[in-house]
Amino acid sequence: MNAHLMQPTGSAYFLAPETQTVERHTLSVLVDNEPGILARIVGLFAARGFNIDSLTVSETEHEKGLSRITVVTMATPKVLLQIKLQLERLIPVHKVHDLTAEGRALERELALIKVGGTGEQRAETLRLADAFRAQIVDATVESFVFEVTGKPSKIDSFIALMVPLGLIEVVRTGLAAISRGPEGM
Amino acid sequence: MPQQMTGAEMVIQALADQGVTDIFGYPGGAVLPIYDAMFQQEQVRHVLVRHEQGASHMAEGYARSTGRVGVMLVTSGPGATNVITGLADALMDSVPVVCITGQVPTTLIGSDAFQEGDTVGLTRSCTKHNYLVKSIADLPRILHEAFYIANSGRPGPVLVDIPKDIQFAVGTYYRPDEIETTRHRSYHPQLEGDTRLIEAAVDMMLKAERPIFYTGGGVVNAGPQASAHLRELAELTGFPVTSTLMGLGSMPGSSPQWLGMVGMHGSYESNMAMHDCDLMINIGARFDDRITGRIDKFSPGSRKIHVDIDPSSINKNVIIDLPIIGDCGHVLKEMVRIWRSKTNQPRTEALAPWWAQIDAWRSKHSFGFKQSSTIIKPQHAIRRLYEGSKSRDVYITTEVGQHQMWAAQHFPFEMPNRWMTSGGFGTMGYGLPAAIGVQVAHPDALVIDIAGEGSVQMTMQEISTAVQYELPVKIFILNNERLGMIRQWQDLLHGGRYAHSYAESLPDFVKLAEAYGAHGIRCDDPAKLDDAIAEMIDVKKPVLFDCLVERDENCLPMIPSGKPHNEMILPDFTDDIGSVIDAKGREMV
Repeated sequence: MNAHLMQPTGSAYFLAPETQTVERHTLSVLVDNEPGILARIVGLFAARGFNIDSLTVSETEHEKGLSRITVVTMATPKVLLQIKLQLERLIPVHKVHDLTAEGRALERELALIKVGGTGEQRAETLRLADAFRAQIVDATVESFVFEVTGKPSKIDSFIALMVPLGLIEVVRTGLAAISRGPEGM
Repeated sequence: MPQQMTGAEMVIQALADQGVTDIFGYPGGAVLPIYDAMFQQEQVRHVLVRHEQGASHMAEGYARSTGRVGVMLVTSGPGATNVITGLADALMDSVPVVCITGQVPTTLIGSDAFQEGDTVGLTRSCTKHNYLVKSIADLPRILHEAFYIANSGRPGPVLVDIPKDIQFAVGTYYRPDEIETTRHRSYHPQLEGDTRLIEAAVDMMLKAERPIFYTGGGVVNAGPQASAHLRELAELTGFPVTSTLMGLGSMPGSSPQWLGMVGMHGSYESNMAMHDCDLMINIGARFDDRITGRIDKFSPGSRKIHVDIDPSSINKNVIIDLPIIGDCGHVLKEMVRIWRSKTNQPRTEALAPWWAQIDAWRSKHSFGFKQSSTIIKPQHAIRRLYEGSKSRDVYITTEVGQHQMWAAQHFPFEMPNRWMTSGGFGTMGYGLPAAIGVQVAHPDALVIDIAGEGSVQMTMQEISTAVQYELPVKIFILNNERLGMIRQWQDLLHGGRYAHSYAESLPDFVKLAEAYGAHGIRCDDPAKLDDAIAEMIDVKKPVLFDCLVERDENCLPMIPSGKPHNEMILPDFTDDIGSVIDAKGREMV
């Protein structure tokens, strides 16, 4: 191999080393419920190299045609500010709130969890489901489907407990979050 | 009274109601109803281009030289993909353009129909906003909203994709004043700056000892009155002014307070002043990497004020002490008013040491070059072009590369909107079509594209458009028979290994001009240059001027990548340029 190819070649850009630490933040984004809006949001994250840990979207105010998007992202404080400002630049975006920065937001997730098993295992599965207030939404002689809601960490714990008891598959909605107190967005 | 008409007629009527007189486009199957509606009216003129990319840069040139929205009209599929470069260019440089694309009928969308493309999907990331019109009832609102969004706030490109069945459908048309697009549900750009923040800025300015105005394209975009306020503020304060590539012309090139362009190929004095200042007042610029150089050593001792209409520009690359969100024109006007209310004297004495320092930097003559009596130096060619054209009403466009930087260095501008160049996106092939767009907007002006022989071949076909519409644009090609900036970087960073940076075969530009029905001139003799330039200006035709220049001239001064402002390479640099960035430096960049 040519020796010069082993050398780092020059760049047209200066890349500053990152000094800030990454934080997980939950953003609430109020948008017009119009075709392509989700693509705009997701495309912005992809194009600018922002990270999406979780994303939930649904229409929340039908008569006004508004949807609420909850997005969980991991970024440095500088990038978090950019994410918020870049989202606000999108024309159909009404408001962006950083619920984590504003503090004390309620965060909930729903999961449907399918667990197999027979005999003694089933009794243990049901005891744990009860402790986690998981609802049985489907049952056969060799399986259950549980519905669990709560903080993501609670769902993580429940899933972890189900693994040795015969976890088959999991589906999660992603995070929905809202601020506490009387103020709306 | 709202009128009944077809979607195609609505498009033309909306253009007319928005004050559009000229559009640039190319017909195709999915856009034919609009062409048919255009054929039957006389309010809107149409320039037929040779490739849709040409239409996009013409619309940009039109917009940037007038401050009005430039409009392009193209068909679905390849028509739309061909304008993408121009849309991305307009987004980067904040140019207000509206692009209308035809689309296959709504019933065929998603069926992989002939010339179907996902135009809104393809252009989502290179437009400020885009629309797919799904109902004739939405069309008038969307058309007017497109113009409003394109030309308000931070300007940018807006695309409206109109399926063919919507063009044929009949609906109710509403004029802009019947629709109130300016009361948009979610889009409300902040124009007025916060007065308390502007007062705080003026207080900082009153105490500064080493201030500098760092201005950008935002001042030009804010309209000619913003430039007038900038000049007034500069005069009141006595502060030095520099600008980015995009901001040239907002401060007169002849002003003693003008330091020349800042950045990678900016003047030594502007870069040193940016580095050593104690107060940087950024008006409508965005701390682009070509300006800041090495970001962790950028202007280490200064406090920074940043005026920008786009909140996302603040604190994006550089941490700001005092951000002011607002239109540059509004904020500059307020700064003038508040400054006047606090003092009526420029702080000449307090600033004297700073100006003495700046004068010392100026004495380096960083735009200097070695003159030759046998070979035309590219910098000399631009200076002679300036001398030969300065008495005219002149507009300059450029392509991208060394010639562009030399033009920015050696062609001074007295007014805004006279300099059209692809800054952020760096689009080779921009200048020729942009010049045509400028000439359409200013039929009697002298419009010159300062070009390189590489860039100009990317959109050369548009010379045919200039000939057809008798638009006497002057294409001044600094022909060094290589991709000069690439060659310079290969010398700087890649050991002089010239991978594909020169053309093995170039066209005979004089014969090419003749083949197109334009006028061709060739000059390789410094002694004959002035006469050749005079001939170019006098000919009432599009001209291709093949100016053969020094082949291996480096574009200097230069801040090499990874270096701070105070480590520029100056033109008197005599060592091998490849030795500037050492192995350690390469690891850093």
